[in-house]
Amino acid sequence: MNIEVRQPLRARVERVKPAIVDCDVHPKATLEAMRPYLAKRWQDYLKTYGVRSRHGFAKGYPYPKGTPQAARRDAWPQGGGLPGSDLALMQAQHLDHYGITFGVMNPLSPSGQGEQNPEFSAALASAINDWQIAAMNARDPRLKASIVVPYEDGEAARAEIHKRAGNREFVQVFLLSRTAEALGRRRYWPIYEAAVAHDLPVGIHVFGYSGWAMTNSGWPSFYIEEMTEHATASQALVTSFIMEGVFERYPTLKIVLLESGFAWLPALGWRLDKLWTRMRDEVPHVKRPPSEYLHEHFWVSTQPMEEPEEPDHLMEVMGWIGFDRILFASDYPHWDFDDPFLALPPALSDQQRTAIYAGNAHALYRLV
Amino acid sequence: MARHVVAPAREIPPGGRKRVEVAGRAIVVFNLGGEFFALSDRCPHKGGTLSQGLLTGLLESSAPGTYCYTRRGEIIRCPWHSWEFDIRTGKSWCDPERVRARNYPVSVEPGARLVEGPYTAETFAVTVEDDYVVVEA
Repeated sequence: MNIEVRQPLRARVERVKPAIVDCDVHPKATLEAMRPYLAKRWQDYLKTYGVRSRHGFAKGYPYPKGTPQAARRDAWPQGGGLPGSDLALMQAQHLDHYGITFGVMNPLSPSGQGEQNPEFSAALASAINDWQIAAMNARDPRLKASIVVPYEDGEAARAEIHKRAGNREFVQVFLLSRTAEALGRRRYWPIYEAAVAHDLPVGIHVFGYSGWAMTNSGWPSFYIEEMTEHATASQALVTSFIMEGVFERYPTLKIVLLESGFAWLPALGWRLDKLWTRMRDEVPHVKRPPSEYLHEHFWVSTQPMEEPEEPDHLMEVMGWIGFDRILFASDYPHWDFDDPFLALPPALSDQQRTAIYAGNAHALYRLV
Repeated sequence: MARHVVAPAREIPPGGRKRVEVAGRAIVVFNLGGEFFALSDRCPHKGGTLSQGLLTGLLESSAPGTYCYTRRGEIIRCPWHSWEFDIRTGKSWCDPERVRARNYPVSVEPGARLVEGPYTAETFAVTVEDDYVVVEA
């Protein structure tokens, strides 16, 4: 494939480059690259039994991704390998090209998350954490790591957080949105307890292998439905966090919603508040209007931003969420990548733009 | 608008494409069975590089369960968000009036005419024996 790093166009050169923190960068490891970080026992296991996700399909994704590896077609390294695997290309095409000051790495797969064998899940999660540091962060410290945890096993996840949290290159705990039970359920509380103990936000990225069909009427027919479903799945998990009382138990817990869109948040807040006034006694541990928890505990990332016909509508949605709660994210190198220079609405004030590009992420992730 | 000699015609075979720089602008030139078309190489949606996209056809359906695949090789899909553009017009399929890649007049001229000027070919020599792609931009 013909790879050409885009030349900055004239308009871009003239503009002063803003400091940009990209909260959703996807580095790509392979099982082969993770092998050095696996005990011999798990190397042998991998060779003999392989990985088994909680989904019933044997190989690949439940839905084809629209483009190979769900990647930008210009993000395949010339020397071979998968998009996101070649640091030099990531630097030239993304980090350097846009002047990204920090990028938060969110490894999707392979990462051990959703792996059926709980011990292997923990071993793979730990391996991808080692890999993030050795293969990426140590070579380019702009790239910060996420603590990938084997979330279906709360205790193992807690142990992995304690193991990594001393290293400040890890800036968040990392979960996927599709889990065996709703994320507010108590089996996951050890994760939140460890996260608040180390004052780490918990990033929840869409996708994952829950073992459940992705809608409550089963498997939809099309990838376009899967992409849309992230909004409904995210509403369910946000609701679960609030209604299970997670934030009453862990009042300093911070949740980052990654790649879930956000225009659905205000409507969810209104609906929850209305129902809470009528059914509060079903969940007496929810002491305040649900939207208050929403405002206090959740951050959202920009990509993929809804694109309403009327740009003011997007500004109103952002205003409801709070301009201090929105984090810039590109999703590099995936096909629905947002260009950092073009993604944000022109109507933002300089202050709002600076906050979304970098200020909010610096405050949340304590980047150094 | 000036006329620019951007490539020898044989460099862009039928079904091929080439990204060229013309007066500081990135332009992609397509050869569709001997017809040449030139579009701005910057996707009008969010800025992807069209020349690195997938060249495909137009898939339409009159009703669920039926489909019609036409215009093979005439639709370029942006490598980023997969927006589809008609290489003949630059118009996007989903929002043709608002989201369109600028198109440029393009022609194939014999070298014998070009050597007389007033054309500019900055990076290669023009010979009388060959044909050349000329973009007006």
